[in-house]
Amino acid sequence: MNTKIITTTLTALVLTLSVSTAALAADITLLNVSYDPTRELYSDFNKSFAAYWKGKTGDTVTVKQSHGGSGKQARSVIDGLEADVVTLALAFDIDAIAEKGLIKPGWQKELPHNSSPYTSTIVFLVRKGNPRKIKNWDDLIKPGVAVITPNPKTSGGARWNYLAAWAFALHQPGGNEAKAKEFVSKLLKNVPVLDSGARGSTNTFVQRGIGDVLLAWENEAYLAINELGPDKFDVVTPSESILAEPPVTVIDKVADKHGTRKVAEAYLNYLYSDEGQKIAARHYYRPINSKIPTKLAKVKLYKIDDKAFGGWQKAQKTHFADGGTFDQIYAAGK
Amino acid sequence: MQFFKRHNNVLPGFGPTLGFTVFYLSLIVLIPLSALVFRTMGLTWGEFLATVTAPRVMASYKVTFGAAIIAAVINAVFGVLVAWVLVRYRFPGRRFIDALVDLPFALPTAVAGITLATIYSPNGWVGRYLEPLGIKVAFTPLGIVLAMTFIGLPFVVRTVQPVVEEIEVELEEAATCLGANRWQTLKLVIFPMLLPSILTGFALSFARAVGEYGSLIFIAGNMPMVSEITPLLIITKLEQFDYQGATAIACVMLLASFSMLLIINLLQKWSRRYAE
Amino acid sequence: MSALNKKNSSNRSQTEPAFVRWLLIAIAMSFLTLFLALPLAAVFGQAFEKGLTVYLDAIREPDTLSSIKLTLITAAVTVPLNLFFGVTAAWAIAKFSFPGKNLLITLIDLPFSVSPVISGFIYVLIFGLQGWLGPWLQEHDIKIVFAVPGIILATLFVTFPFVARELIPLMEAQGKEEEEAALVLGATGLQTFFLVTLPNVKWGIIYGVILCNARAMGEFGAVSVVSGHIRGMTNTVPLHVEILYNEYNYSAAFAVASLLAFLALITLAVKSVAEWKVRQQFENN
Repeated sequence: MNTKIITTTLTALVLTLSVSTAALAADITLLNVSYDPTRELYSDFNKSFAAYWKGKTGDTVTVKQSHGGSGKQARSVIDGLEADVVTLALAFDIDAIAEKGLIKPGWQKELPHNSSPYTSTIVFLVRKGNPRKIKNWDDLIKPGVAVITPNPKTSGGARWNYLAAWAFALHQPGGNEAKAKEFVSKLLKNVPVLDSGARGSTNTFVQRGIGDVLLAWENEAYLAINELGPDKFDVVTPSESILAEPPVTVIDKVADKHGTRKVAEAYLNYLYSDEGQKIAARHYYRPINSKIPTKLAKVKLYKIDDKAFGGWQKAQKTHFADGGTFDQIYAAGK
Repeated sequence: MQFFKRHNNVLPGFGPTLGFTVFYLSLIVLIPLSALVFRTMGLTWGEFLATVTAPRVMASYKVTFGAAIIAAVINAVFGVLVAWVLVRYRFPGRRFIDALVDLPFALPTAVAGITLATIYSPNGWVGRYLEPLGIKVAFTPLGIVLAMTFIGLPFVVRTVQPVVEEIEVELEEAATCLGANRWQTLKLVIFPMLLPSILTGFALSFARAVGEYGSLIFIAGNMPMVSEITPLLIITKLEQFDYQGATAIACVMLLASFSMLLIINLLQKWSRRYAE
Repeated sequence: MSALNKKNSSNRSQTEPAFVRWLLIAIAMSFLTLFLALPLAAVFGQAFEKGLTVYLDAIREPDTLSSIKLTLITAAVTVPLNLFFGVTAAWAIAKFSFPGKNLLITLIDLPFSVSPVISGFIYVLIFGLQGWLGPWLQEHDIKIVFAVPGIILATLFVTFPFVARELIPLMEAQGKEEEEAALVLGATGLQTFFLVTLPNVKWGIIYGVILCNARAMGEFGAVSVVSGHIRGMTNTVPLHVEILYNEYNYSAAFAVASLLAFLALITLAVKSVAEWKVRQQFENN
């Protein structure tokens, strides 16, 4: 249904564009400011989009990439990094950009599925053969299990990790806020290193050999296995986790200034196309189009908009702002 | 240290050179740094104090300044030893070693951090032998000390070395003639002569270590309250879009750097007076 | 030369017993091995781990080349500017006395101990979109932060004191009799500077320039804050190392890092020569 609408709008868009600019093929540059784990996805996707766009309009589009921690990237855009589009780890970071007036309010309704063309979740990466027998979240709080996760203050992925653990504890029989906090604080006691970003954590786990289990984006976990050898690690998918929706949007102010709105919108829409969805699936993201096959295991997924969290603005304030539950746990630990 | 205080200085160019110096200094250093102070002024005094004395921030000062002092002490001890060995003794490879001392000046800090983490992590070249002994270096406060020692090492060696070279052998001979043994000569004659330069080197190494970021994030565990350094906390504040909080902590660090430098300059003045 | 006599006479009576001497050498060497030689060896070891082809491929890769280019441009702009500043500042400070001199020297030293994070951040505060000049720059389509000018500014800041710091003590120590003599003999100010002062501090300048250059090419923290990390556009070599490292491309990361380590070694070599020349100059004077 959605795809249909998109394809129609796309075709319409492309038609108008090709009519208006067919005569002069242009060189267009887009800047996509993204978070850390999407490097491989977008290097693939950009090529595919460039070919598609060339075929439709004759224009050559080069998409430049910038990657880093989601919060840092959002801040760079706020401070003037001229991104035509952003594809970040969480809506909260894009909200922060919108707050400064660079994006029109209500941006998350512009594109289908909360403007998240693919989703992901949090899984465990363990050492080959799973020597610690880690199956689910409650195995992570056992004494002696070393868990690697980045710092939620600086890493978007880490916030999803934290909330996934929280959601798990909350939904256990007899679960409540206090128990969830206790669960998460036990989990954090098992964390020996808090890197500042998701990639830093993966390097600590993989390259430095520290920890029994890495909490990671699903796509990061599979990528690590692909890049570093399936003989070294296994992915363990817990019974339940959180639905991570990394949203995308056009930065209105910048795109209008650059005159790149059309191609920027087409770029994001292409993420929703069959081809875009296939590329996302190939990089172990969960495509939102159910027709696109994926090898990823079915998991019960909680949402950030569920009552337990009440959306990103609230979750951020409760858990990660100064004095939030994360700080409380560390302050109490002292 | 003006040797001649002549009022009728015949050399030309004082006006333009001083003018340019002050202009360029203001443009590149002072005006940008003042932005920090102005941004912080958005906070009330109470908010400012609350921000810069929050428990987590206090813990980070402790880690940063504590580790920097330990690293500077290590550097003071070994730096003097290295300087002494390089000047007084002859052995194969001396010149090479002498040049190598400056490596931390020249090697980019990020490379240093990644490399140190590689060597000292539990599966690294050195870390694997320390692990069975229960010594963890990478990702602990010890790792911070290690990286700070690395970047600060040249300062002590390079400030002490020239002073060791200048020591008049006659002094030592005199001490020996007067019946002092070697240890007494070292303690009572040589050490006091080296002291000002050791202190300068110590202070430089300390000042450099306090601000260090690039090499530390790769090897510090970044655990709140335990191994989180102050510059990382500034970054953390920024990531949360808390600019004023970040500038407030930055101001505190700036003040610390400035006082350190003033002390260093006074020390140098003192040591020059001592030399005369 | 008195230095030679010194060493001869010191050999017997003033030096420690042989075993103490060798013990001290051994301690110093193990310390330096652990802290300096090992990291250097590790960089090259990891860089060539997968063989020379992988190494060369990593360096020939377009993004690597563009990062090298950017780093060279940055150094080519910042070093001459700071050189010019260093020489003028040293002239004013070393040859004249004026009130507030100590404060001025301390302020010149300041960038050296300011955390790199802060050094980058202050430019964002001024030129960033939320900063003082940001909106005006935006209107006039001038990019400073997250573009090459920002990287150059941050680098200028962190390398600011190097040349001046090197020259001020040197020129102070040399006094000003020679310049005064030249002027009395009828030379103009500039002639005096180029023909009398400059030759005297030549090696000091080279020494300062080398240090300045090494830091300019190797700066990570400050540049990271203002870079925007756009691949192939605003990544300098140290930033590119971090990127490769974060892409699990360890060999390539260390290959590129080894370029910087090479640079460090060349720096050290040139610096040793410069140092030696400076010492000679002092001894001749």
